Amino acid sequence: MSSRGVRQLAKQTRFDLMLLWRNPLASFFTVVLPLVFLFVLTALFGNDLVTSVGPKLASRFVPGIIALSVVQACFVNLATVTVFRRETGILKRVRGTPIRPWVFMGAQVATAYAAIALMAVLTAMIGWAVYDVSLVWKTVPSLIATLIIGGAVFCALGLAFTNLVLNETSGPPFLNLIVLPLYFVSDVYVPATDDTPRAITLIGDIFPIRHLAVALQRGFDPLSNESVWPAANWLVMAAWGAAGALIITRWFRWTPRG
Amino acid sequence: MRASAIEVTGLCKSYGANQAVAGVDLQVKEGEILAFLGPNGAGKTTTVEILESFRTRTAGEVSVLGQDPATAGLDWRERIGIVLQESQPEAYLTIAETVSMWAAYFAAPRPVPEVLELVGLGEHRDQRVGRLSGGQRRRLDLALALVGNPELLFLDEPTTGFDSTARREAWAMIDGLRSLGVTVLLTTHYMDEARNLADRISVIAAGRIIAQGTATDLARAASLRTRISWSAHELSSAELPEGLRAAAFEPQKAAERREPGIGQSSGPARLVIETGEVTDTVGALLEAAGRSGRKIESLEVQPPTLEDAYLALTGEADRSEESTA
Repeated sequence: MSSRGVRQLAKQTRFDLMLLWRNPLASFFTVVLPLVFLFVLTALFGNDLVTSVGPKLASRFVPGIIALSVVQACFVNLATVTVFRRETGILKRVRGTPIRPWVFMGAQVATAYAAIALMAVLTAMIGWAVYDVSLVWKTVPSLIATLIIGGAVFCALGLAFTNLVLNETSGPPFLNLIVLPLYFVSDVYVPATDDTPRAITLIGDIFPIRHLAVALQRGFDPLSNESVWPAANWLVMAAWGAAGALIITRWFRWTPRG
Repeated sequence: MRASAIEVTGLCKSYGANQAVAGVDLQVKEGEILAFLGPNGAGKTTTVEILESFRTRTAGEVSVLGQDPATAGLDWRERIGIVLQESQPEAYLTIAETVSMWAAYFAAPRPVPEVLELVGLGEHRDQRVGRLSGGQRRRLDLALALVGNPELLFLDEPTTGFDSTARREAWAMIDGLRSLGVTVLLTTHYMDEARNLADRISVIAAGRIIAQGTATDLARAASLRTRISWSAHELSSAELPEGLRAAAFEPQKAAERREPGIGQSSGPARLVIETGEVTDTVGALLEAAGRSGRKIESLEVQPPTLEDAYLALTGEADRSEESTA
């Protein structure tokens, strides 16, 4: 990686972050909506102890909302922005300049990671301050690794899915139509319990969102017997990420479809 | 003699059985503005996109700034600027931010304030792109193409959708690029734009270059003649020397003969001669008027317009395409 490439990446990331915060719809769906869901879920289901010794129910919602933030920032927002840039000719024009493609796309990914970091910290702090949800400190390295892997996987899938989006107006509804049903079967809104139908968890297990949510849950459950390192969840996510990367290298478009 | 910025020989591009470009030869000299004209579907965009490296070719030789666009690297992209027919910069950045973001893509960009002044957007530097008018947005497009300090600029229909004033301003701006030594390949549908800006014009039809040169060269290629006309009251057909008398005609009467009723006019009758020998014909007319003691105050000399030549050339290409089909 050349020093010029790094400077270009830093500058492009700064502008992409500016664009994210200045775009009311993008910032609402990436930052505000996940937090609204946290407040709504705790208002609907309360915050009682899950078992007689804990933890509180919100300790299930906090990691779910962090997982949702990852998917919104990396999959929905990244794909929406990329399709918009493709269909309005921005990507084509960028390809006509000397900036390296990985630098330009890398800035979009770095912007998604900045949003993940913000949302993870913000959600964990709100969980601690408002809902008495504690972070299990020994899991922090594992949580960070999960967020890094999750970010990479959903960025790859977001860019891969741009091939299926025909134009900039159909992007947000199409992408949300994919993720919304999956949130319900992936421990994002409603954590699975012993009473959850097996079919639901099986469906959830096929897709990467549940693996992200489950891997993050360990960081907020002091009574968990699971290993600190959710290797199986990472592997499933990585398989989806690899499929996404393959599609990108083979079929990613820089020019408008229209 | 100036070197070639673009040199194209026998360029072909096929999509299955459809041959979009069928042997284009094109040359653009350094510092020249060449207008590239052609009807929709003639292969204009395909040709330009091959030169810009957005498409690959099926056959032929292409050299742009001394390199083959199909294999040229990032250093080559440092030397070109592109204004696409349709592109929409990010709405939530200001003009200055957008140009500054773009400047970072190049190794040796022009200073942002200089570029903004060049395209007349200096006063609007802090305005959000989403709030710009169509004309201002097109200026920003040009600013993004110029910020890398290009040697060669591809302008694809840069004034489409402009009103007359905005178009004139854009022409002045593009004309100003000459002083910077920039070579320009201008794709346009507007004949007046090509005539006002271009040093030379290339016309493409059915995937082939059918004519190249100045507007006068194109008129010659289309075998168009200059139209000389005057009022028949000032100098009648009977007063003309024999050679001119045979060539002169009254358009109203000719139209009336073709379609009765159409040629009736309340205006004074005019005589017309269509000729390729303008100087000789005008000289002979003035001589005839002098002999008869007349003055021809209403004399008009109308050379064929670029539009006449373009329509004649592309119409001819269409007919030839149909006859070979």
